[in-house]
Amino acid sequence: MINFSVNGRSVSTNSDDDTPLLWVIRDELKLKGTKFGCGIAQCGACTVHLDGSAIRSCVTPVSAVKGLAVTTIEGLDSPAGEALKSAWVEEQVPQCGYCQSGQIMQAENLLAGNDNPSDEDISTAMNGNLCRCMAYTRIRKAIKSAAGNGGA
Amino acid sequence: MSKFKSNTLSRRTFLARSVSAGLAMGVGTLLPGCSSEEAVTQIASDPKPEAINRIFSPAVWFEINNNGDTLINIAKAEMGQHVGTALARIVADELGADWSKVRIKHVDTDPKWGYMVTGGSWSVFTSFKPLAQAGAAGRTILVEAAATLMGVNAADCTARDGVVTAGDKRMSFGEIVSQGDISRTFSEDQLAELPIKAPSERSLIGANVRALDIPEKSRGEAVYGLDTELPGMVYAHPMMPPTRYGSTITAIDDSAAKDVPGYLQTVRISDPSDTIQGWAVVVAESFPAAMKAAKAVRIEWQAGETAQVSEADILAEGARLCADPVSGALVVNDGDVDGARANAASTLSAEYTTGTALHFTLEPQNALVEFVDGKCHIHGGNQWQSLILPFLAKALEMEETDIIIHQYYLGGGFGRRLFGDQMIPAALAARELGKPVKLVFQRPADSEFDCVRSPSVARFDAAFDADGELTAIDHAAAAGWPTLSMAPGFLADGVADLGENGKGKYDTFSISGADHWYTLPAHRVRAINNELAQKTFLPGWLRAVGPGWTAWGVECFMDELALKAGVDPIDYRLARLDASGKNAGSDPNSVGGASRLAAVLRDVRERAGWGRDLPPGEGLGVAIGSGQERNMPTWAACIAHVAVDPSTKAVSVKKLWQTIDCGTVVHPDGAMAQAEGATLWGVSLALHEGAQIENGRVKQTNLDTYSPLRMADVPELSLKFIDNGEFPMGLGEPPLIPVAPAIGNAVYQASGMRVRSLPIKLG
Repeated sequence: MINFSVNGRSVSTNSDDDTPLLWVIRDELKLKGTKFGCGIAQCGACTVHLDGSAIRSCVTPVSAVKGLAVTTIEGLDSPAGEALKSAWVEEQVPQCGYCQSGQIMQAENLLAGNDNPSDEDISTAMNGNLCRCMAYTRIRKAIKSAAGNGGA
Repeated sequence: MSKFKSNTLSRRTFLARSVSAGLAMGVGTLLPGCSSEEAVTQIASDPKPEAINRIFSPAVWFEINNNGDTLINIAKAEMGQHVGTALARIVADELGADWSKVRIKHVDTDPKWGYMVTGGSWSVFTSFKPLAQAGAAGRTILVEAAATLMGVNAADCTARDGVVTAGDKRMSFGEIVSQGDISRTFSEDQLAELPIKAPSERSLIGANVRALDIPEKSRGEAVYGLDTELPGMVYAHPMMPPTRYGSTITAIDDSAAKDVPGYLQTVRISDPSDTIQGWAVVVAESFPAAMKAAKAVRIEWQAGETAQVSEADILAEGARLCADPVSGALVVNDGDVDGARANAASTLSAEYTTGTALHFTLEPQNALVEFVDGKCHIHGGNQWQSLILPFLAKALEMEETDIIIHQYYLGGGFGRRLFGDQMIPAALAARELGKPVKLVFQRPADSEFDCVRSPSVARFDAAFDADGELTAIDHAAAAGWPTLSMAPGFLADGVADLGENGKGKYDTFSISGADHWYTLPAHRVRAINNELAQKTFLPGWLRAVGPGWTAWGVECFMDELALKAGVDPIDYRLARLDASGKNAGSDPNSVGGASRLAAVLRDVRERAGWGRDLPPGEGLGVAIGSGQERNMPTWAACIAHVAVDPSTKAVSVKKLWQTIDCGTVVHPDGAMAQAEGATLWGVSLALHEGAQIENGRVKQTNLDTYSPLRMADVPELSLKFIDNGEFPMGLGEPPLIPVAPAIGNAVYQASGMRVRSLPIKLG
């Protein structure tokens, strides 16, 4: 039995220690906003926060989060998180939308430590998040807009 | 009526229910798009919405209830193009509906929707008239009913924002549906005769609007195929053979898998449709268990005949075919090409190639299948339901009408989900096991099973007279043909006999773009099927399809011709875009013909500052496109500003300008989003995406070796639409077409190096 918290709620799983956190979140906790893309931590669709830091849940064994706090897109209610979700709508960012939970989780992590990110900061922080629809110019614009709206 | 009511649930409520209780069959819409915040607020504050006791639905495409809520049925797949918003705007504009009361529903398969396909950038183009006419029928009936109720002449009434007005009298659509005579119906023929609004009378089309699908996609609430669950379902993991075709399983040993908790069994797949050959699926109680068990199961295959085929083999075969003057079928046969070549004072020849490219939809392929009461229910996003249903019927030996595909959001389409072949092994396994099966591909399997964009070879032979004037272009192109494998009924006949082969047949989707809008003294195009490609893998339709790779050769070779003639590449093109003869265009689709292509080219020349001095190692390159098809042209011209590093030869794109004329722009911001995405796809395919066939399979199967464009490499974009009110053409793909050749031509200007293979690699 592994105990941890997700979005402020205490949860436990009987899954094997090496089960990727992603599948516990999606299939046991039924939080489907976190997505499966590549399985090797290179697309970012599975990004969640572990004690406030963005991680790739597809390669994180569930045993590694024992006693820690996980946040998913469903529980992202920080000011930066809310500002980003609004900016995503304002700037009409998503196309297919599949990567966008991960993009927002990664962007929130950027804004948490940088209230006025430069283009280079954004490129560096977001380069690990693939958008197959290539909505990159709008993702960049929405991050700046969220930062400017007190999201950081 | 119950279906309509289910649409008034908030997205959050629906998701929670569906996840906690599984997806009940027959609930119908799983993708209501009804999640505008207004709707959620309205339902939340009003737990007992007024009873819905009357529904007006003069055509299958929409219904209005006595509250005035307008539900528009969308038979197209939502894969990022916000198609439901665009199509709903067409209906609502003609109807005079109140946009804030419009909801959309992405429907499951049913014969009443007609032929179901989302591709080719056809959606707005093919739906515009029937949807507008359905809206016009609704408006006509509502106005007549309101006129009777208000005691005025129908001719004095206007319908706008959900209200019919005559002088100081007014009635809402909801009131009319409640009280009026709405029994009038229209036959198909009457519908087709109904006049639609002139562009100047439109209020919603062309105005900016927020896409209906975006809020839930910004909160992690949108439901994709991979997110679906059913009670009692088990997970299946594909075990694929060494070749796409012709491999057979000789032994399965799952003894080691039996130690994996949750492992259930390994099922051998036998597919009467022959789509899935030599497969097994590993079945487990959870997907992690299925992944672990799949590693432990040992399967031996007798490999098919293509087990040694390489990318180089396919390209060599393509070159051989192009050089054989009687291979393939004639697509264009204008003027005396043979005479011009025989009498040429000089010639210029070049061979252009493109490599294997993957769809790499971020949502891996998946399907959830359950059999209930003799019906097969399939859950998953799909672009061409009418294509896969006959394959499924053959595989399952069932009637097509007993197979229902339930639609969800598509986590990327790009042509991959035109073929729902992954549904077949899922359905066969579900039937064998007698329980719902969810088949999920991990990324390497998704890539290996992809219907890739075929490697291609194009050969160009140009002839010139003694004055150096161009007298003919002979163009041959060889590739695997998607349509030949998946929809052979759509192959076209050649335009003239070729050798002993007669006219032959060809895949228009694998040569479109070669039949361009330049006026040439003589022009011949041959389309050739590369049979080695065809039997090694399943060739697929990748975003921008034929023109996505034919333009690479056509537009780079056009630059070579201009440079040989010593003429500016834009001037050289404009001289041949004279809109004469067959290039004059025709009403309504291509009205203006090549003159519209010339117009976008002049516009982009002006905007990009063509001809200005640039630092050493930098250059501008140009290309044009007229996709998706000659009878559905969106006119586009692109200029790329490229830098080539003198030591590493690394190519970087600094800026792209593109001017686009797709006629009427229905959903301007959505159109711009499509143009941005398609343009960057062009960059990605030009510089970043390259796969190879090795030992009969795709070698680069995940992001460690296949690397689409990412944030840091995105160039500055300057995209512009010319909205001239002409009939709307397609948009999701055409802006991709000129990007790669514009970059290739810019690389030449920057470095003096002529690149003839895609993706571009100088170093």
